[in-house]
Amino acid sequence: MNVKELVKIVNGSVLNPEVPLTREVKGGCGADLMSDVLAAIQPQAVLLTGLCNPQVVRTATMADVAAIVFVRGKQPTPDMIALADEQQIPLITAPFGMFELCGRLYQAGLPSLETSLMNDATA
Amino acid sequence: MSATFDPRRVMTDQDVKTISRVEELSYELKIRDVMTARVHTVTPQMQIVEVLDLFREKRISGAPVVEGAQMIGLISLEDLIRAMRRGNGHARVSEYMTTDVITVRDFEPVVTGLEVFARTGVGRLPVLDEHGRLAGILTKGDITSGTLRALHEDFQAEEVRRYRASHLFEDIVSDRTSLILRYWIKPRDFQHGGQASSDIKRALLRLGADAQLARRCGIAVYEAEMNLIIHTTNGGIIKVEIEPGQIKMSAVDDGPGIPDVELAQRPGWSTATEEVREMGFGAGMGLKNIERCVDKMTLESTVGAGTRLTMKIHLQPRQGFNGASVSHSERATA
Repeated sequence: MNVKELVKIVNGSVLNPEVPLTREVKGGCGADLMSDVLAAIQPQAVLLTGLCNPQVVRTATMADVAAIVFVRGKQPTPDMIALADEQQIPLITAPFGMFELCGRLYQAGLPSLETSLMNDATA
Repeated sequence: MSATFDPRRVMTDQDVKTISRVEELSYELKIRDVMTARVHTVTPQMQIVEVLDLFREKRISGAPVVEGAQMIGLISLEDLIRAMRRGNGHARVSEYMTTDVITVRDFEPVVTGLEVFARTGVGRLPVLDEHGRLAGILTKGDITSGTLRALHEDFQAEEVRRYRASHLFEDIVSDRTSLILRYWIKPRDFQHGGQASSDIKRALLRLGADAQLARRCGIAVYEAEMNLIIHTTNGGIIKVEIEPGQIKMSAVDDGPGIPDVELAQRPGWSTATEEVREMGFGAGMGLKNIERCVDKMTLESTVGAGTRLTMKIHLQPRQGFNGASVSHSERATA
């Protein structure tokens, strides 16, 4: 699915509408711990997180994240929005909790893009 | 351009935040950058039928009326039709031209032209230079194509930067060429945490690194950068040394130092404060993450003296910054 379709599924609103929403989202990753994100996430995933600070956007830049969804309607600061604009990463806020949001996306056919520890051991 | 953009509207802070590149360009670009400078002009003495022939031949629908260097009016197809219907084909231009002409100045921003078009509904605007002489003519079509051209130039500029950078190692001949990037990282500067890593990742992409390589380096150096921000007394220095065959990165600080280096590398071990954990870091996974991303990681530390973390990635010939120099460098560094 692309970011635009994802926004509809999570009932979200886009906070930096100037960034194109046509980018393909290949899967998802949900975490509040940015080190976990950096360790586990595959490229072109949507990142669902309850954390709301500039490091989320930085982490997304490093990990080639396709879009960021803030759970429970969290509102990023203007600094974060400016940073996301610069890095061309769509920021979305959605009114549900992490479990509900992951569930909605998974049900819509979006796979997990978190490497499991089982994969890690063989890698 | 967004559908809600109206140049007459007062801009709020919210608008400014969501301003698009096209809107920005309408302020950056000057009218002289987009106008048509080669203008067909007529004189007040010309006959209406002569102007009609000129319009037909040049496929235009209006022209400024010029006397000497001064523009004194504008004549449009409509004025010509008005004259012809009265059977006045041999009348002079001066009798039928519009003298009350709305003009813009060539040094004004494009947005001013848009405002005048929106306010007056005219199809073309004569453009005057700073001395009031006719410099060109502006249509909405000129603005559209001028803006598109500027956007294209933006895009090409990035392409050219990338092209030039990716040829760096090919163009400069030495026995061993390397590019060194240095970044000074301040302690507790969470606001800018990740800026250096983000710059490093972009530099690598411009140098022609593939996405996977840039990502590996980016993640490793980001964890190292956060460590400097979280743990050091006076901050530290990140150094990236790029060669055609390898990338060496280091994070060096002058304290406080790590008492037990082995323990520090154990997954889940962390000395981070609650504040740092709230930032999403300090879970004790940083060094483990770095190790996973690079080919070789070395951590040396002395309490009271400081810590040196070095990371090395070997480049496969196909990943290297260019095929030709990789073998050259491998010979040189072997």
